[in-house]
Amino acid sequence: MLNEPGTYLPVGYLPILIFLGFSFVFGLGSLVFGLLLRPRRPYAEKLSPYESGIAPEGEPRQKFSVKYYIIAILFVVFDVEAVFLYPWAVAFDMIGLYGFVEMVLFIFILVIGYVYAWRKEAFVWD
Amino acid sequence: MQVPDLIPVVPEILMTILVLSLLVIDLFIKQKEYIAVYTVVGSLLVIISVFYCTGVTFKGMFVADSYSIFFKMIFLINVIFAAIISVEYLKKRASLYGEYYVLLVFATIGMMIMASAGNLIVLYLGLELMALSTYVLAGIIRTDGLSTEAAVKYFLLGAFSSAILLYGISLLYGITGSLDIREIGLYIAKEGIINNKLLLLGLVFFITSFGFKIAAAPFHMWTPDVYHGAPTSITAFMSVGPKAAAFAIFGRVFMIVFPALSGSWVNLLIPIAILTMAVGNIVALAQTNIKRMLAYSSIAHAGYALLGIIAASNEGLSAMMNYMLIYLFMNVGAFILVIMLNNQAKVGDSIHDYRGLSKSNPLAAFLMLIIMFSLTGIPPTAGFMGKLYLFMAVVNAGYGWLAVVAVIFSAISAFYYLRIVMFMFMNESIEEVKLSLVDVNGLLLIIVVFMVLFIGVNPQPFVELARLAIL
Repeated sequence: MLNEPGTYLPVGYLPILIFLGFSFVFGLGSLVFGLLLRPRRPYAEKLSPYESGIAPEGEPRQKFSVKYYIIAILFVVFDVEAVFLYPWAVAFDMIGLYGFVEMVLFIFILVIGYVYAWRKEAFVWD
Repeated sequence: MQVPDLIPVVPEILMTILVLSLLVIDLFIKQKEYIAVYTVVGSLLVIISVFYCTGVTFKGMFVADSYSIFFKMIFLINVIFAAIISVEYLKKRASLYGEYYVLLVFATIGMMIMASAGNLIVLYLGLELMALSTYVLAGIIRTDGLSTEAAVKYFLLGAFSSAILLYGISLLYGITGSLDIREIGLYIAKEGIINNKLLLLGLVFFITSFGFKIAAAPFHMWTPDVYHGAPTSITAFMSVGPKAAAFAIFGRVFMIVFPALSGSWVNLLIPIAILTMAVGNIVALAQTNIKRMLAYSSIAHAGYALLGIIAASNEGLSAMMNYMLIYLFMNVGAFILVIMLNNQAKVGDSIHDYRGLSKSNPLAAFLMLIIMFSLTGIPPTAGFMGKLYLFMAVVNAGYGWLAVVAVIFSAISAFYYLRIVMFMFMNESIEEVKLSLVDVNGLLLIIVVFMVLFIGVNPQPFVELARLAIL
């Protein structure tokens, strides 16, 4: 896997480079062609953010409760746990007792985090 | 499925058990002092285990050799000191959370992983664990604007330097096709690619990001503000722990990955070291806040310790390690006195608070005198011995002039360290400062000063320890 220094050319990635070039040309090209070809007849309703919706009111930058972040963080933790559990379950017959103990430890550490969040009342909304 | 050899990671596993149990105990206990006691006892047990758990495991990704043991000893002593001096200080500021100790131990685990990293990804993992915990600790006093500002500054610049390190790692991986530190070093030596431009660029990235972590000029800009704003107990913690951890990976990466390029990186590090000593020592002259002064002095000490890396020899490396151990004692000692004045007399952040301290508290003033002598490098204190071995290593490596430069800067540093001594002994106090040494901080201060004098008079065992601990 080690190459001569200075002579390494990533030939295997050439299709990706071509694909990148194509998508760049296509994306930019369709925007430019659309700009050149389409008729332009602007009027007030068309230029509003929601042409057939309710006009927005107030500042878009509002403060909202930090609790949303805590819920989001907790969601990520348990989401990642699920991501790890699936391949573990599929490969369970090959990894044996060692894999089982590892996963028990992993979940145990997560449970400590869960208990912590619980006792700190991260799940209480008010 | 093969179970890996877990003996070398036992200290880290014990620390993780400690941190998890701390997290749970914190939920059910009201007196947070017990958590501090538990942290101290747990860390003491881990120190013992560190000496018995050696070996290489996880396919060379984790290396518990004598080099890492020496640094782990420093980290664990450091966390014990930090845990003890924090209690009173944080209680006064209504910020004694159990999470504080959890984060302290997490940061220490990160440092231990860094010292043992045999693989660049493991190194990065430890670095991030240490850094993220320290960012939070810097801002632990939530009601204090300075503390929050310190945390945000530290986070932004630390994240920036981590990104630079990752870029350097990816360049090394791209050139050599390996992340294993030893394998990369062998590959570079075997292929003789010391003039590869990408490799040199990777080297520069490594120097930049490590320079950030050890607070070397010109990457030191974050240091004064962060050290000033953070809680004093955390300033004491992070002026030793993360710095020593960064020196640990500095030594390991440069002596194993880049020995073939030593001509290049020594030429890069010499101006950095001179600039670091110059900035640290000269700017410290103008400081009137003792935390800022100690921040600049910690920059200057990073410059001295860099000399050990510049020597690029085993002698230099062991001198650097020895210096880190000595720096631990003298730096923590200085911060203990700042904290005690803060706790008991509501003063201590301005150097003028030290006026006439010898009249009201002769013993405290005397202990501070020894620590200031040690930071200056006056015999018979440990600071002198540490500098002596560093300068000898540089001279033996053929940079005699650099040792002369370092001595000159060391002489400049005498001005601001001894100014405090002068304030304590030759000035009348503006107001009477009552300070009692009869508490746990005072005891710790006496132990630290004893160690500073003991290493200064009898450095042989510690030098031997550091000499055995080379890579």
